[in-house]
Amino acid sequence: MTFTALFTQLFALFLAALLAPALTGWVNQCRAWLQNRSAPPLLMPYYTLHKLFHKEVLLAHNASSLFRAAPYIVFSCMALAAAIVPTLSTDLAFSPAADAIALVGLFSLARVFIALAGMDVGTAFGSLGARREMLIGFLAEPALLMVFFAASLISQSTSLSTIVETLGQREFTIYPSLAFSAVAFAMVALAETARIPVDNPATHLELTMIHEAMILEYSGRHLALIEWAGSLKLFTYFCLGIALFFPVGISLAGTPLSIAQAGFFMTLKLAAGGFLLALVETLSAKMRIFRAPEFLGTAFMLAVLAMLVRLLLETGP
Amino acid sequence: MSILDWILIVIIPGWLLIGIIGIVFPYRPHLIYGLLFPSGAVLGVLLAVCALSGIVAAPQTRVLSLGLPDLPFHLRLDTLSSFFLFLLGAASTGISIYAGGYFRRGKGAIPGLLCLLYHVFLVSMVCVMLTDDGYAFMIAWETMALSSFFLVTSDHRIAEIRRAGYLYLLIAHIGAVGILLSFGLMAGNAGDYTFDAMRRFPEDGIWPAVAFLLALFGFGAKAGILPLHVWLPEAHPAAPSPVSAIMSGVMLKTAIYGLLRVSFDLLHAKYWWWGLLLLLIGLATAVFGVIFSAVQTDMKRLLAYSSIENIGIILTGIGLTLIFKSFALPHLAALALTATLYHCLNHAYFKSLLFLCTGTVLHATGERNLGRLGGLMRSMPRVAWLALVGMLAAAGLPPLNGFVSEWLMLQSFLFTSGLPQGYLHMLLPVSAAAFALVAALSGFAMVKFFGIIFLGQPREENLLHAHDAGRHELLGLLWFAVGCVLLGLFPNLVIAMLDPVTRLLLGSGLREAVAANGWWLLAPISQDRASYSAATFFVSLALFIPFVFVVVRRFFHGNLDLYGNVKRVPAWDCGFPSQTARMQDTAEGFSQPIRRVFSSFLRHTRQHPSPFDTNPVYRGSVEDPFWKWLYQPIVRLVEYGTNIVAFLQHGRIAIYLLYSFITLLALLMLTNG
Repeated sequence: MTFTALFTQLFALFLAALLAPALTGWVNQCRAWLQNRSAPPLLMPYYTLHKLFHKEVLLAHNASSLFRAAPYIVFSCMALAAAIVPTLSTDLAFSPAADAIALVGLFSLARVFIALAGMDVGTAFGSLGARREMLIGFLAEPALLMVFFAASLISQSTSLSTIVETLGQREFTIYPSLAFSAVAFAMVALAETARIPVDNPATHLELTMIHEAMILEYSGRHLALIEWAGSLKLFTYFCLGIALFFPVGISLAGTPLSIAQAGFFMTLKLAAGGFLLALVETLSAKMRIFRAPEFLGTAFMLAVLAMLVRLLLETGP
Repeated sequence: MSILDWILIVIIPGWLLIGIIGIVFPYRPHLIYGLLFPSGAVLGVLLAVCALSGIVAAPQTRVLSLGLPDLPFHLRLDTLSSFFLFLLGAASTGISIYAGGYFRRGKGAIPGLLCLLYHVFLVSMVCVMLTDDGYAFMIAWETMALSSFFLVTSDHRIAEIRRAGYLYLLIAHIGAVGILLSFGLMAGNAGDYTFDAMRRFPEDGIWPAVAFLLALFGFGAKAGILPLHVWLPEAHPAAPSPVSAIMSGVMLKTAIYGLLRVSFDLLHAKYWWWGLLLLLIGLATAVFGVIFSAVQTDMKRLLAYSSIENIGIILTGIGLTLIFKSFALPHLAALALTATLYHCLNHAYFKSLLFLCTGTVLHATGERNLGRLGGLMRSMPRVAWLALVGMLAAAGLPPLNGFVSEWLMLQSFLFTSGLPQGYLHMLLPVSAAAFALVAALSGFAMVKFFGIIFLGQPREENLLHAHDAGRHELLGLLWFAVGCVLLGLFPNLVIAMLDPVTRLLLGSGLREAVAANGWWLLAPISQDRASYSAATFFVSLALFIPFVFVVVRRFFHGNLDLYGNVKRVPAWDCGFPSQTARMQDTAEGFSQPIRRVFSSFLRHTRQHPSPFDTNPVYRGSVEDPFWKWLYQPIVRLVEYGTNIVAFLQHGRIAIYLLYSFITLLALLMLTNG
């Protein structure tokens, strides 16, 4: 672990935490444009966070200590996840500490805590949200693992840094397995970050909620942390997708210049990705909850297919 | 004194002595629970220490001239048995401490009898792992089955418990027949039942395969592999919680020990299709177990199905090991076997912890049904937080121990591209997918387990006054919770401990690969391929959470009081003011997505009330399909057969004498002809 690696790591983490709400704001803006609404300001999520942080916390009568601890745990998990993903540089201090499988574990740790917090107060909607979230979770998690496996079969490694290095350095060839896993990953990401067509982040109808139903009881700084963690999750998934499937421009050297260059490329790619997400959300309608298993089952099958294609048809790195 | 002597002179007689003192003073609860069980725990620690040093020592053998005149007991302590003895010692320590507190509050069984049976059960498991010939093994194995049967039925006044015990005994004995036949086959006609003689069993031809299949059947019945699993969900809820814990945590592992001993040590594991068979059975067991554990409404039954799932995972690991070994990939085989053994240890820890937690909940509330629990986080916070540790470990989440073994297992799935068999190539990604599904589903089941019991509002009035665990119980729970954390944080030390075992069975280990990095970084193959550092993970979470807390509190509110006064208000009722605790998700409600997604696997029946019913009752139940499709036909067949044979039975002695006479004549004619 070198000093540069540690510095890059902290810088990347800081940047992720700082910029994640802006990405959410950008997606909301694009969506508003596409839907012919007048767009909220790009910095709207920051205003919301500021407002929530200064509001008083109201706790339900029987909320336990787990309920109060969960936002901090969830936020920390997401920050750690954002730190693991090679966003700007692959020379990261944390990258040996956790590989792709551990990243999936980290996401599910956060999910378990948010689901438990949803069940804690004991309202009908809280547990409804929790069980739906766990449903999405157990369907999406294996699919995500399979996507990582398909990618790791190419690089012979499950370490995210190594995967990105291998994929970033190859000559331009088209891997059918990567195409399959990219589609699977996009489907999983939509479900995991609670976007349309699986969940609606802007819903106000409790019966259709998944993520929002679990956090109905949160207020003030707790809610702010959870919202921020949600933004971070979206940001992390974007970075993951970019790192796995469009790694062009990510710094392999770790020098300040190359990192600045990577930052420039990253901003462009995130902006394009955000627009695409808004487009997908505008063009599709929210599914019934029990269509979600079919949707995620398809993603799972595609990811397994990607692995099979890799093992049977492709050779060489 | 050698390590084997320590076990033979101190631990086994010590436990037996404790049991005998218990039965001599059967109604002295203070003596039994205050002194005898804790001393049993001390012996458990001693066993763990002995076994730990036995893992690195050379094999030791003894011949005891007990038993039948020409058949002395052969004993042997090698690294494989040492590892499982360590597991037994470590788990039994926590369970003995806990049992000292738990049984004190229980009623029904005679304390002295419980003490005797419990310690005989422990001794029999030690003997199973020490014996070195088929004859002594079967004696120890049967003692284990019988003592655990009596422990399961310690509340024998309840008919349901008697039925569960009977089922357990039946399947245990059907399994024992399989093991006996397997040993008989391997020993051949020479009359030498030592394992040494069995190791010389010819490796070619059909007979090793038959011996392997018989052993798989026999040990599988004890472990609970797929068609033979039905006793687990019946026996575990029936048994007192410490007994469930030791049966699930340790006794199931004796079957794994037996399977490893027979297939690797005695039969030398040469054929890849054995591995494929184990892999398929293991995955089927795991998927089946986890789906059923997610739909259970009885908390101990849920854990029993989860044990089936974990046994499936362990079998999958053994299967992978066999496949790798038969294709001469020693490093990968060592990786898979390490993952398997690691998972045995982890499962012993977290499942014991969870079973013991259910015991405390059961005593505090008198209720096993998840639908009548809830909100215990408020009345029993200490148990709840310890159960949370167990639940996170069982769900396979980092940085706890369950994650490490699943991580290792996934790694061994991933690097299978070196296999020469074409269709194994196709099969292994699909198996990896099934394995990932199992891991994710166990998270669902565990969230349900913890959330329904400990979170939400109490579903019944009396839950508000549930009392937290006593001192002994808490200490026992703490033993396992700390173990779960330590096993998760220091995987390299555990892998170094497992190295001699894999070397014994496969001739290769992971010690060098692991030792190349520091204690904090686990990289079983090489750092480029995969690495995981639980310590970094844990430390960064442990630093980051307080950091976020301080920043948020300091910058935005200026106070750091942990239990700062927060305004408490009623929960948001969505505009419907008359909400009650019964409107929360029940256990059935929570698992509704599973029932829906996996509806084709489950036999699900439900009764809806009519719309005009003023007092509606909704009933739904999920049944194990194996009862209908496998066991009931067998029972019908047996009944049909006995009815046919029954005409021979008259109850008149003259006719029976006639039968003997005819048989004698027939035999004479046969031998002469």
